[in-house]
Amino acid sequence: MIEKSNILPQEKEIVLEIKNLNKSFADNHVLKNFNMKLYKGENLVIMGKSGSGKSVMIKCLVGLIQADSGIISVMHKDITTLNQTALDILRSDIGFLFQGSALYDSMTVRENLEFPLRRHSSRFEKNMDTNTLVMEALENVGLAHAVDLMPAELSGGMQRRVALARTLILQPKIILYDEPTSGLDPITAKEIIILMQDIQKKYNTSSLIITHDVDCARAISDRMVLLIDGTNYAEGTYDTLSASTDPKVKAFFKH
Amino acid sequence: MSGISNIKSHIQTFLKEIGELSYFTARFFKETFRKPFEFKEFLRQCYSMGNRSLVLVGITGFIIGLVLTLQTRPTLMEFGAVSWMPSMVGISLIREIGPMITALVCAGRIGSGIGAELGSMRVTEQIDAMEVSGTNPFKYLVVTRVLATTFMIPLLVIIGDAIGLYGSYLVEHLKGDVSFQLYFNQVFESLEFGDIIPATIKSFFFGLAIGLVGCFKGYYCGKGTAGVGRAANSAVVFTSLLLFIIDFIAVFAADIFYDL
Ligand SMILES: Nc1ncnc2c1ncn2[C@@H]1O[C@H](COP(=O)(O)OP(=O)(O)OP(=O)(O)O)[C@@H](O)[C@H]1O
Ligand SMILES: [Mg+2]
Repeated sequence: MIEKSNILPQEKEIVLEIKNLNKSFADNHVLKNFNMKLYKGENLVIMGKSGSGKSVMIKCLVGLIQADSGIISVMHKDITTLNQTALDILRSDIGFLFQGSALYDSMTVRENLEFPLRRHSSRFEKNMDTNTLVMEALENVGLAHAVDLMPAELSGGMQRRVALARTLILQPKIILYDEPTSGLDPITAKEIIILMQDIQKKYNTSSLIITHDVDCARAISDRMVLLIDGTNYAEGTYDTLSASTDPKVKAFFKH
Repeated sequence: MSGISNIKSHIQTFLKEIGELSYFTARFFKETFRKPFEFKEFLRQCYSMGNRSLVLVGITGFIIGLVLTLQTRPTLMEFGAVSWMPSMVGISLIREIGPMITALVCAGRIGSGIGAELGSMRVTEQIDAMEVSGTNPFKYLVVTRVLATTFMIPLLVIIGDAIGLYGSYLVEHLKGDVSFQLYFNQVFESLEFGDIIPATIKSFFFGLAIGLVGCFKGYYCGKGTAGVGRAANSAVVFTSLLLFIIDFIAVFAADIFYDL
């Protein structure tokens, strides 16, 4: 018996698209006509050197940084034209894992997870209580026992997992990961990658993963975009890119 | 020549800061009247500010009361005017020294704390995280803190004044055998609404200034841990300067008011 999905041509809905994005800080022209598409259900890895503007790009995507020019559409909505309320609603469909975890350090793990629910509790059925949601999210990352600890009491890897749980609690359709494995040892990094894969399977999210960790890219990417000199220099699967002869592309893959 | 251009650039920076701070203040007033109001966070801030600075304000108030009385005592004795002590200490403490000292202490304690806290939240992207999770960080962090300092500083000033007066009474009691009742009767007889009202209004502005500058410096903190240090430090320096300017304006305004 043949599975249905293999017969049908793969339906490719675009959930996120950037066209000709430009951004500079004073004389520092960080992004120059950057283009990118994220399809539904895929894991897209963006690789680039440190300081190449990866974080700037991902922050433009959610409106944390104002782009100078270009079109950013998230689920067919141009985010630059939305008012605050509409932007907040759209943002609740996007999970954002920050580069340094960004846990609120004056709050416990529980309060950290409850924070996104303050504004968006209407997403859930009325009888769904916060505690269940918090515990479920923590169980997903295997940290249910840490619910009453402060972020400062957790190791870096645990903080990253709590941050991931906080990102997931609103059950976003798109998740943006800004260097999910940076600053972690290879084993903990591996655990985070496995978690990300589990989440992807469980909730069928579309993910944009920023990294400069080649192992992470190989493990998780369906497709990759290389951000070099402020633009989308090269695109393709891990295998095609790692076999490339372009010196700038090769530089990423040689160990 | 370089000295003059140095001063010029200092003044320019200061004026630029004042401009940016005015814009920040305008935003504060605009956001304060927008729903939703973060009442719980406001109360939490009031509590933590009171809790953090009460002892400090008490100790400084007490010492100021003691010192003021001990130092003026010989002079007043010389003129045979020791019985004026309660009025003199009461007026100077409540009109000027109490609010100013309390505000300066709080600028160091609360203002720098806010600067460092918001600064580190900015640097570690906690403010960004708040924004993407649908909570307006300006309302949640800035509005609550500025309102909390605006309410708490006048309260702390009253407490500081009271403890200062008590310190002064202790000296009078030990040295001149003045009773508690006599001392405080004299203090309150010499005090007029014209002393208390301007001092209270001034304290509200002191509170506003401490909160606004602390938040302003923290919210627009520069990168890295160095940025956080700078935010906390410049919050104190800038607030202290602003406190003296507000005090000057307040005294000036009160003076004009009395002449009318
Ligand atoms: N708020 C800002 N103001 C001025 N310049 C900025 C700002 N944010 C980023 N930049 C500059 O933009 C460039 C790209 O920064 P970005 O943080 O996006 O790098 P990155 O690719 O994420 O690097 P890393 O891998 O180290 O995180 C840097 O040169 C940085 O100095
Ligand atoms: Mg980055």
